[in-house]
Amino acid sequence: MSVLVYIENIDGHFKKSGLETLSYAKAVADQTGQPVAALSIGNVDRDTLETIGTYGIPKVIRVDKEQLKQFVNQAYATVIADVAKHVGAQTVVLSNSFSGKALAPRVAAKLHAALADGASSLPAIEGDVWQIRKTVFSSKAIAVEELTARTKVIALMPNTVEPSEAPTAVQIEDYEPNIEDTDFSTIVKDIVRATDKVALPDAEIVVSAGRGLKGPENWKIVEELAEVLGAATACSKPVSDAGWRPHAEHVGQTGLAISPKLYIAIGISGAIQHLAGVSSSKTIVVINKDPEAPFFKVADYGIVGDAFEIVPKLTEALKAYKNH
Amino acid sequence: MKILVCISNVPDTTSKITFTDNNTAFNAAGVQYIINPYDEIALSKAVELAEGGKGTVTVIHVGEASSEPTIRKALAIGADEAVRVDAVPRDAWFVANQIAQYVKSQQFDMILTGRESIDYNGSKVQGYLAELLRLPSVSIAKKITVEGDTAVIEREIEGGKEVVSATLPVVVGTAEGVAEPKIPNMRGIMAARTKPLTVIQPVEVDSLSRISAYETPTPRGAVKLIDKDDISQLVALLHTEAKVI
Ligand SMILES: Cc1cc2nc3c(=O)[nH]c(=O)nc-3n(C[C@H](O)[C@H](O)[C@H](O)COP(=O)(O)OP(=O)(O)OC[C@H]3O[C@@H](n4cnc5c(N)ncnc54)[C@H](O)[C@@H]3O)c2cc1C
Repeated sequence: MSVLVYIENIDGHFKKSGLETLSYAKAVADQTGQPVAALSIGNVDRDTLETIGTYGIPKVIRVDKEQLKQFVNQAYATVIADVAKHVGAQTVVLSNSFSGKALAPRVAAKLHAALADGASSLPAIEGDVWQIRKTVFSSKAIAVEELTARTKVIALMPNTVEPSEAPTAVQIEDYEPNIEDTDFSTIVKDIVRATDKVALPDAEIVVSAGRGLKGPENWKIVEELAEVLGAATACSKPVSDAGWRPHAEHVGQTGLAISPKLYIAIGISGAIQHLAGVSSSKTIVVINKDPEAPFFKVADYGIVGDAFEIVPKLTEALKAYKNH
Repeated sequence: MKILVCISNVPDTTSKITFTDNNTAFNAAGVQYIINPYDEIALSKAVELAEGGKGTVTVIHVGEASSEPTIRKALAIGADEAVRVDAVPRDAWFVANQIAQYVKSQQFDMILTGRESIDYNGSKVQGYLAELLRLPSVSIAKKITVEGDTAVIEREIEGGKEVVSATLPVVVGTAEGVAEPKIPNMRGIMAARTKPLTVIQPVEVDSLSRISAYETPTPRGAVKLIDKDDISQLVALLHTEAKVI
């Protein structure tokens, strides 16, 4: 019995959410006294693969095939389940990223495993029964999911654990998976990724703005603030509906649910549907000219005033802080 | 083209979420139920694809008779027929198995689900379903076009988008923007009353997990207001107190 962690790469690089899954898997392995191995699919160079050892994982299974250069959930799920059997894993950990969400149920179905998706805690283990927490009802509640099947698949919510270093040497094993042609009924035609920006789903800091900004031409102050913080930008639904910002930035009940360490809301009233997507952020800062705005009720820090005056000042203050 | 849309019934977005039985069960008393908003978008897309005699739309829902208003609404939006699997939707694994069982007895070219449900916030049903049926799947679809036996789908990925082509049949999880939400009109509502709704019996499914308890998130302390003329204080607090910068 062992723990297998699938670490996702984007163009050969690991993201922080991937490193978090390594630390999580290592912690589960320590809890259960089982060995742990990582699985990497696609083209990742040796130096990058060796960084896996930094997080206490001594072994990497590498599946690097031309066919698997691009993400096809069916084929990747087949590889993950195949490798899980190969290493005798009864626990598979992956990220609850967009691709992780597509993979996890497939892998669980293949292994006839219990699935903890959106996991936000380490398991509480009693024999074969593991309890794992996840947020439900759009962050209005937390559910304790009890995994009763022997095999478990855990999809870890980004920003739930910090990657922690426990350096060890890494052994890399190449593996030839059993995949079938029928696993490739989807073909990736094109990928457009804004590489210069921090991706919203796993950003540690998010600067978000709403209708209070009046129009798309005013987003410069938001972007400048995001830039000093190394943050991703987000927006409320009316803003993306009006086409001021792309839909991919829309957070809330019908948009993306995020849980960054810091969420800064500018000119957003704090409607319940908006809060649904952001209330599990660790720290919330609200800037709004209306002292009665509901967002202040769920904020840690607030500034009452005009965003057009406050945001540039905050950017300046942060620059001063970063410079010394 | 035959399209199946999987519909789940969820508490309205403004519902107060409470629990009963010592925090082990969701308290449905007084809760208004709606079609899961993402499923409604999926349905709108299905109706759009089938328009002008290009296909038919079936909706399937796993749930008890009490969710029939949701099914009628789906018919009013434009589905041609509905199927209800008469069972409590215990969890995603159970629901996916019921739907898979039904699909195996039919021939669908496309199966649509919402990208996730707003109650348990899972996106498990689509993945389970695709795997149980051994079909390709594409999640977080923002755009779908069908040509012959191929669907071209634009899906959201972290920080960008990806265009995927899939051979039908395919399972697709739809996101906002894939279609304009269709609002039922009077004619639709009238027609919905007489459209066929078939009730079928569930199959047995083993249980792999269960929710054993619910907790409510710990409320944040009162907001600390910072004077707008003393912004460096916020920076200091974010560093020393919140420790997030
Ligand atoms: C089914 C359903 C689903 C929904 N899903 C979502 C969702 O996923 N995400 C979402 O965001 N919304 C969602 N909504 C919409 C939601 O109810 C609100 O309408 C929306 O969040 C409001 O956006 P806003 O805060 O940007 O705009 P407003 O409510 O108009 O608020 C603007 C705020 O800006 C402040 N302001 C104005 N000028 C300034 C200034 N110069 N400086 C500082 N502050 C200023 C105002 O005081 C006000 O508080 C949903 C609604 C429904 C019914």
